[in-house]
Amino acid sequence: MACCSFKRRSRGRTHALPAESLQTLSDHITGKIGKRISGAEFAKDELVLWTALSDLPAVLVFLRDDPACDFKLLMDITAVDYPARAADADKGRFEIVYNLLSLRLNQRIRIKLYANEDTTIPSATAIFSAAGWFEREVWDMYGIVFDGNADLRRILTDYGFEGHPLRKDFPLTGYVELRYDEELKRVVYEPVKLTQDFRSFDFLSPWEAMTAVQLPGDEKAVKPAHGWKATK
Amino acid sequence: MTNTAENLDLAEETRIKPYTMNFGPQHPAAHGVLRLVLELEGEIVERADPHIGLLHRGTEKLIEHKTYLQAVPYFDRLDYVAPMNQEHAFALAVEKLLGITAPPRAQYIRVLFCELGRILNHILNITTYALDVGALTPALWGFEEREKGMEFYERVSGARLHANYFRPGGVHQDLPAGLADDMAAWCDALPKFLDDLESLLTNNRIFKQRTVDIGVVNAEQALDWGFSGPMLRASGVAWDLRKSQPYESYADMTFDIPVGKTGDCYARYLVRMAEMRESLKIMKQALEKMPQGPVKVDDRKVAPPTRAEMKSSMEAMIHHFKLYTEGYHVPAGETYTAVEAPKGEFAVYLVADGTNKPYKCKIRAPGFAHLQAFEFMAKGHQLADAVAIIGSLDIVFGEIDR
Repeated sequence: MACCSFKRRSRGRTHALPAESLQTLSDHITGKIGKRISGAEFAKDELVLWTALSDLPAVLVFLRDDPACDFKLLMDITAVDYPARAADADKGRFEIVYNLLSLRLNQRIRIKLYANEDTTIPSATAIFSAAGWFEREVWDMYGIVFDGNADLRRILTDYGFEGHPLRKDFPLTGYVELRYDEELKRVVYEPVKLTQDFRSFDFLSPWEAMTAVQLPGDEKAVKPAHGWKATK
Repeated sequence: MTNTAENLDLAEETRIKPYTMNFGPQHPAAHGVLRLVLELEGEIVERADPHIGLLHRGTEKLIEHKTYLQAVPYFDRLDYVAPMNQEHAFALAVEKLLGITAPPRAQYIRVLFCELGRILNHILNITTYALDVGALTPALWGFEEREKGMEFYERVSGARLHANYFRPGGVHQDLPAGLADDMAAWCDALPKFLDDLESLLTNNRIFKQRTVDIGVVNAEQALDWGFSGPMLRASGVAWDLRKSQPYESYADMTFDIPVGKTGDCYARYLVRMAEMRESLKIMKQALEKMPQGPVKVDDRKVAPPTRAEMKSSMEAMIHHFKLYTEGYHVPAGETYTAVEAPKGEFAVYLVADGTNKPYKCKIRAPGFAHLQAFEFMAKGHQLADAVAIIGSLDIVFGEIDR
């Protein structure tokens, strides 16, 4: 009994942001700058606003300065890569995600926009000082350029690194590995050598996985996408 | 504040050319592998450019290739000073997407160990910070207490550091017999140690000379730079996720949030010191109020069956096999779930696509934002003050470099 009542209370509290006030907030924002907001949705009690590239700085400034919003803290900037969407003209390969926090409202908000590999995003460094390194990280990991960021160097990867590791088409093992060369007396880069093929187990279903992977003695079945191949 | 050459009114010929210095990546006061390129005018820091990423291990990329359960241990290796606090954020995020809640006992155990982690983190930070500014004894004393706390980690999870103890759906195992009593005894004994530590530092003239009015950040600047945790509270902003957006069983606990006034290195030390005492309060309450019951959700699709069950039940066996090979499928959706880690807001932005692996897992580390503000904080200070500021930031490269 005690267990049940606790569960109910804690469920209300663990995700403490009440949905009604988020709805009010969403209505307020779309009422004030509705032109700049292309969509508002609730994902798991979290408010997500979609905006366009050119409207981004104005939206961020509004959210920071409007007394009913007061999102003073930029907690995070990141991107999500959906390679299949690259062909979609309305969307784009990447989603850029800004997570904001308002201490006074005790609310979080997420701003999203679409971008492609060649899109230049207006930098938020003039609005939030914290944006600087977050944008550098997105550039480093996804290769998305931010216009107006004065210091858009790579941040997490090695000096002279090539490629953008968090893109879905970048292999997990990378392209180069390094070792200390005893003769040259320095660290040298070499192409990655794997002692066995990189195996990505498809566990979506043990039975479905069998259709994609060729097993010995099963050559006459479907042509394998990867896996064992008969040797003559 | 800034005594640049101009202010000192030196003759043209005695003026020193700006000197570029590499601080780290192998320097004891860099708290890890921080390479700091400092431009010095005499002993004054004119420009500071932290080069990070020397500990980058591609955690986020690796997590995209692992099942949800296999992703948990990666979180221990982020901020390896308080591992369970990071696991907590991931466990909460996955639970939110799965739509499950950990049973009450698991919630209390998690809170108990999160607060233990906070104390261990703050002991390490304060004592090594004191070491940076010239005091050796706190570190010698502190590591002994820290070791006792890590023994509790070991007894509950089998590992002193990389615990892998908080799992989506609860915790791995229940507390072993006797652990609760020993932890309660430790909670009673620790205030004595904290008093001793404070008697060494709080009114210590040298410590105060090195920290008071160094690296001052006001509330507005702290918000602008995305500060969180003790860094934000030391600047006078009363904000703590445990109070404002209580997760787990924090809402049942009585505790206060210490807030600093001056926003300098000394205030950050005081806030952390006071926070340890509050954490002790929470630990004691968690031990007292801890309910009996299961420590994992009663859903075999998420939490594994017991060993004993597997010996007799074929179904339990299948569940176990499926969980440890395929894992569980998380419905498509996304969440930004944050916890109050010892260093500040640690959050996971998790995007699930309905398969057994996360589509995207962005880790928001508090230290990343704090270190970013280092140049702004250190500009115009002496080189030795830069060391004090790094110490007060409480940075650990596991979480900054990811």
